[in-house]
Amino acid sequence: MANIFKLATRNLFRYKRRTMLTSMLITLGVVSVLLFISVSGSFKTLMVGQITDSMLGHIQIHKKGYMASIDNLPLNRNLTGKQIDKVVQILSADDAVETYSMRIKLGAMFSNFTETTNIRLNAVTPLDEIKTAPLLTDRILQGDKTDLIKTGEILIPELIAKGMKVKVGDGIVLVANNKDGSVNGQNFMVRGILEGISGPGGRDGVIHIDDAKTLLRINAAEVSEIAIRLKDIDQLPEVFASLQKKLGSMKNQQGMPVFEVHTWESISPFFNIAKMIDLMTFFIQIMLVAIVLVSIMNVMIMAVYERINEIGTIAAIGTPPNKILSLFVVEGFLMGVLGTALGTTISLISIAVMNVTQISFDFGRQTGLLLSPTIGIVDVVLVVVIVIAIAVIASLQPAWKAAQMDPITALKHV
Amino acid sequence: MSVIVAKQLVKTYVAGDIKVEAIRGVDFTIEPASFVSFIGPSGSGKSTLLNLIGCLDPPTSGQLQVAGENIVNLSRQDAARFRGENIGFVFQDFNLIPVLTVFENVEYPLQMVQNWPKEKRRKQVQEMLAAVGMSDQGHKYPSQISGGQKQRVAVARALVTNAKLVLADEPTANLDRETANMVINLMKQMRDEFKTTFVFSTHDPRIVDNVEITFELEDGTLQRQETSVGGNHG
Repeated sequence: MANIFKLATRNLFRYKRRTMLTSMLITLGVVSVLLFISVSGSFKTLMVGQITDSMLGHIQIHKKGYMASIDNLPLNRNLTGKQIDKVVQILSADDAVETYSMRIKLGAMFSNFTETTNIRLNAVTPLDEIKTAPLLTDRILQGDKTDLIKTGEILIPELIAKGMKVKVGDGIVLVANNKDGSVNGQNFMVRGILEGISGPGGRDGVIHIDDAKTLLRINAAEVSEIAIRLKDIDQLPEVFASLQKKLGSMKNQQGMPVFEVHTWESISPFFNIAKMIDLMTFFIQIMLVAIVLVSIMNVMIMAVYERINEIGTIAAIGTPPNKILSLFVVEGFLMGVLGTALGTTISLISIAVMNVTQISFDFGRQTGLLLSPTIGIVDVVLVVVIVIAIAVIASLQPAWKAAQMDPITALKHV
Repeated sequence: MSVIVAKQLVKTYVAGDIKVEAIRGVDFTIEPASFVSFIGPSGSGKSTLLNLIGCLDPPTSGQLQVAGENIVNLSRQDAARFRGENIGFVFQDFNLIPVLTVFENVEYPLQMVQNWPKEKRRKQVQEMLAAVGMSDQGHKYPSQISGGQKQRVAVARALVTNAKLVLADEPTANLDRETANMVINLMKQMRDEFKTTFVFSTHDPRIVDNVEITFELEDGTLQRQETSVGGNHG
């Protein structure tokens, strides 16, 4: 086999310019794919991190039917004390769960004493919420970021702050209907202005959960949702399946399911963008396959045509057809290896340079996000294997033709 | 035992409705260590006969035994194996592999066809290059040596496997007079040294003058067989 590699290498370097051009084409394809995977992957990871860490958490648990009517923020579909206890018991026993936060979601009238508008609110236990959504404090544009919020305080979204001309330290009133329909009002001091982000809950204000209970006159334990943060987001499918199994099987007296469990993917519209990125990556890989297939096949067809007489000679002196086939397949393989090696090296260097130069970008209303492209070994290996396999496949037809060539006809070829 | 035995050998090419009988029932026998040529005008069937003997093309009918083996019905793979083990080829255009050095060209059949171990292979190649007077040119590529030297390398490549039979199709056609004589003498010398049978297809009177047996072909049939013991040296 070493002899075949030696001969194939020499043949490749017989036509240096052609070999280099083809290898460069493959290199360009590999670089494009690997850089796209790394940059889009980085963008995806960053955005997923932003969404889960500043808002949603990785998994959310609600009472069955809550998500279908979440636009109305229904208070009559909150989880009750016993249900909360059951969830807490399950979450506490699950090692993959890092922490969780109980939330009451409500709608209210927001008044600055001269004007009134609607506001959606997340009522949280500050320490739990900081652990579950650690980037939430980063969204506080003005005001104290320590401990997120205290009772009697409110974090208001920047759009309301601008529209209602409210500043940090101002007093406001929240008026809300409880689930029985009775109205209650409560004074709050604006502790901070919260940056709005895309996605569900991205433009909600934040108050302390105790204030929500007072405002809504909730006496018992009651929450709208439980947001869960996992130790490792890669465990999401397993934990989700486990929670689905444990909580999904619980039925009420009417035999209907009590809970519903959602991953961030089914809640956030960004998941569709992430899926589109994956789809684009797939199509770019298809393009790479086409580039490699066409370029290698073209070169190998030329190589066979130019060496017909030589093929006749080696066949005449007894080279078995399978060795002639191997000779040309190895040429295609080596070209694939050369292009892939160059492409992978250039890509890894480019990724390192991008990380050192710290490229920033804007996404929606978020500015100055740092691009930190990385690429997994699995992605690199996958691209390398695909390219080399396609190079070999592309060489098969010309190589087969060479191996099946009639020595007499080949020797007569001029 | 004869190295080649042909009985009622026929080769017919069919192209559409047209049948061309290139060889029409020839019989001949060639003994080991002979120096033999097939002569005749163009289209007489010389090259076809050499292709049949060389196991490059199967006969349409008849019997053909080379080196004690019936080669009429060999598969592609077996034919390749048989050629590699028993037959050496010398071509009009030398047909050396341009990306291999002289040494590697001679080494090729041992390495790629017969899989000889490295040390044994190298020794054999060195001996063969010495026999054809090319020991000091082993590192050169075919493009760096003359036509006569290329043909010497081709002879070395044909003999390196200890082939029983060397088939040479117009081996001197592309050489000048002096070089052609030198190559013919070399082949004769190799025949004497290695007891290999050399069979030529040629128009070249210099070869015809040197061979011991001449078969004259015309329209695919053997017209004449001349024997000249020892040939005319020089």
